[in-house]
Amino acid sequence: MGFELLPLTKQKLKMEKWIVRSLFLVTTFLFIPVFLIFAVLFIKGAPALTLNFIFSNPLQGMTAGGIFPAIVGTFWLVFLSLLFSCPLGVVAAIYLNEYARDNLFTRIINLAIINLAGVPSIVYSLFGLGAFVLFFNLGTSILSASLTLAVMNLPIIITSTREALLAIPRSFREACWNVGASRWQTLWYVVLPNAIPGILTGVIFSVGRAAGETAAILFTGVAFYLPFLPESVFDQSMALSMHLYTISTQVVGVPESFTYGTALVLILLVLLVNTASILIRSYFRSHRKW
Amino acid sequence: MRKDFEKDKKELSSYIKHHRPRQILRDRLVEVIIFLGGISAIIFTLGIFIFVIKESWPFLVSRFDLREFITSMEWYPASTLEVRYGAKALFVGTFCVTIGSMLFSIPLGIGAAIFIGEFAGKRFREVAKVIIEFLASIPSVVWGFIALTVVNPMIISIFDEPLGLNILNASIILALMSIPIIVSIGEDALRSVPESFREAAESLGATKLEVVFRVIVPAAKNGLIAALLLGVGRAVGETMAVLMATGHSVNLPALTFPGFFFEPVRTLTATVAAELGESPKGSEHYQALFAIGLSLLLISFSINLLADFLVRKKVRK
Amino acid sequence: MLLFFSSCFSQKNKSYLIIQNKGSDTLVNLAQVWAEAYRNVEPNVAIAVSGGGSGTGIAALINNQVDLANSSRLIKEEESVKATENSGKIVEGIVVALDALSVFVHPKNPLTGLSKKEIACIYGSEGNCDKWSQIRGTIVPGCKDNKIIRVSRQSNSGTYQYFLENVIGKKKDMRLGSLDLSGSKESIDLVAQTPCAIGYTGMGYINERIKALCVSEDSTSPCIVPNLENAMNKSYPISRELFFYTLGTPTGELKKYIDWIKGPEATKLVVKMGYVPSPLFWNSEEIKKLLETK
Repeated sequence: MGFELLPLTKQKLKMEKWIVRSLFLVTTFLFIPVFLIFAVLFIKGAPALTLNFIFSNPLQGMTAGGIFPAIVGTFWLVFLSLLFSCPLGVVAAIYLNEYARDNLFTRIINLAIINLAGVPSIVYSLFGLGAFVLFFNLGTSILSASLTLAVMNLPIIITSTREALLAIPRSFREACWNVGASRWQTLWYVVLPNAIPGILTGVIFSVGRAAGETAAILFTGVAFYLPFLPESVFDQSMALSMHLYTISTQVVGVPESFTYGTALVLILLVLLVNTASILIRSYFRSHRKW
Repeated sequence: MRKDFEKDKKELSSYIKHHRPRQILRDRLVEVIIFLGGISAIIFTLGIFIFVIKESWPFLVSRFDLREFITSMEWYPASTLEVRYGAKALFVGTFCVTIGSMLFSIPLGIGAAIFIGEFAGKRFREVAKVIIEFLASIPSVVWGFIALTVVNPMIISIFDEPLGLNILNASIILALMSIPIIVSIGEDALRSVPESFREAAESLGATKLEVVFRVIVPAAKNGLIAALLLGVGRAVGETMAVLMATGHSVNLPALTFPGFFFEPVRTLTATVAAELGESPKGSEHYQALFAIGLSLLLISFSINLLADFLVRKKVRK
Repeated sequence: MLLFFSSCFSQKNKSYLIIQNKGSDTLVNLAQVWAEAYRNVEPNVAIAVSGGGSGTGIAALINNQVDLANSSRLIKEEESVKATENSGKIVEGIVVALDALSVFVHPKNPLTGLSKKEIACIYGSEGNCDKWSQIRGTIVPGCKDNKIIRVSRQSNSGTYQYFLENVIGKKKDMRLGSLDLSGSKESIDLVAQTPCAIGYTGMGYINERIKALCVSEDSTSPCIVPNLENAMNKSYPISRELFFYTLGTPTGELKKYIDWIKGPEATKLVVKMGYVPSPLFWNSEEIKKLLETK
């Protein structure tokens, strides 16, 4: 690895300092959009955030009232999609970490996971439409939309669970084997409980993703407006993300604070969830048994 | 003490003798379930391909003309005069906003990754990571909303252009969306360069900067490129934000500078999102949109294959 | 979590009859306001409104997924036949309101009206009007290069199709390169901040941030302003009927709903939302009287 060293001149050191400084600027430059966005949303949207706004239905052609059905819809979708993706994702990660051997088959599985992570969200919507809405005949419903979201979030759950499982020292497992526990017992009683914070991290990321997703639910279960809350998983539902899209592009006469307010509610929701994740992560990290 | 030990051992072995067979059966069952879970990713990946192809199949085997699809600008799927499926403008649009966003996200993303990974102090690193994580968690429809309400007027007033919904707007938004991915994966790549490289360079008398730019970065090259590719993948696949930021215009942008950036365009993803809801299921237009979905799937699949190949290469080293 | 559970329990004791209503984005806001008001008339009947375009609504009717399809265009022959094939019933429609399509520009634009031919020159694929100076020598202050920025809608929107057919011509295409936006609000917002722009939308959405142009059928006809009277007496040249389509003759709750829509309370809402009452059930004299009463 031959490279020529420039003589260690003062000038060189000065130049290097400048380069590092500019890298620092580049990084902090990225902070600006974050603050700008929050500032704008807050200033223009906070006036709308009354209890009425959050808990009442849209009125007068969605130009008045509130966004309650959209919030409820988003909760339903997120909850159900987690219900489907968590167990499946954790099980898949367990397979990859504890059982799979280093062969071509495993490599294909890994490839499939990476591929799933990169599929455009609108293509997920197409898949959900073709598979759940049409083929399995679930119709445009909360169920179809949640299943679509679940498949979309699967890679996230799998990846974070894997990392959590990997982080557990081998000695834990060895200790179990030494007392004669089976693989399954080891997993269930020792490994998994210790992996929970890592799994939670993945769960929380997918909550954020599912709450903000619009394209994937567009053709699988979201409605423009419903005068009542959905009663079963076979009904359609409103959602915060879709609602934001609708009132910023289609509905004339919505007060400006409402659109910003809806965006603010959505972002605050995701922020809350992310903060919870960070807190849980650091709590468990400081209480780690290894 | 010794007597208790003997008693425990007897209890344990009788427990094992009675419960072992049942345990083995249960273990087997559990292993089957786990295996099925493991291959679920493959099942779903195949499923996506199958269903997208299934819904576009009649179109693909009859009306679809690859040459028209890729070289014709005339996207008139609902024309009363003559139905045409020229998707060139859509491919170009996707390409332009992706390249445009890369112009911002590569320097910013890699620069930030290098700084955070190599030069930043611990506290700054924590703060930066939190902020970038927040950036990553902003939903795409909120980005689209920002494109309409913040970036749009900004472009109009700063550049004195008539229209703020264009390639520039979409590039800025997409860059901000893909930078978090580039930073986090890029940082991982830099961190995974073995300590020995660093030590060797330092012992030869290199300055910190020289170590980073002449040793670490080239060594992490594959991982960094993979990070960039995943950022590209994000840009290519983004739907709602570009739907709102590009102006959604079937338009071949003029290759002038700086005029290029102020041209409105339309992407593949946005076209599907905008037009699918209004096409009757099973109609030719509907199938054509699934064909666009298939193109998107193939594009993202190739990008991911390439990224994986590069990462694997590095690991093997 | 509390929100979630409260939503579970609040509906438990109520039974709703749901009328599924889907389709035109032009009609969707009106349909929604009607749905809201009807809750007070018949609390046990709930109407689920969604948009997606006339095409989506009719497609849903064909697939027997909705009770009521909203459309801003006439149902096509093939669609009607397909619906009958699938359900065994004949599609019936009524005109529930009129919509005058208004062409609008930025307030700084000095134009006050356009002829259909001029509009076709701007929007049609056979036209070549790229600059405002080509239209009666207009110079728009604040518009760089006097460039015409065409704001349009997506190709399956009923508004788009009606505009194309009525103004540009049957069997014609729109010129590529227009900004094909998702909805009326986006169109209006964009034109309101872009001096160079021109757009079109339902008359009901015009507000003070944009300038609605009068339209003349050709160069010799008078330029008609888009308003209530001109739309109802059919003198405004770009005026269309908005339909409710059903499978077969409506009965039961559906019939009650439709009868309510023909009545005074619903019609007041029509005017309030900026549409034009259906001349099938009202004339402009009666409307004037209706609006005077409270």
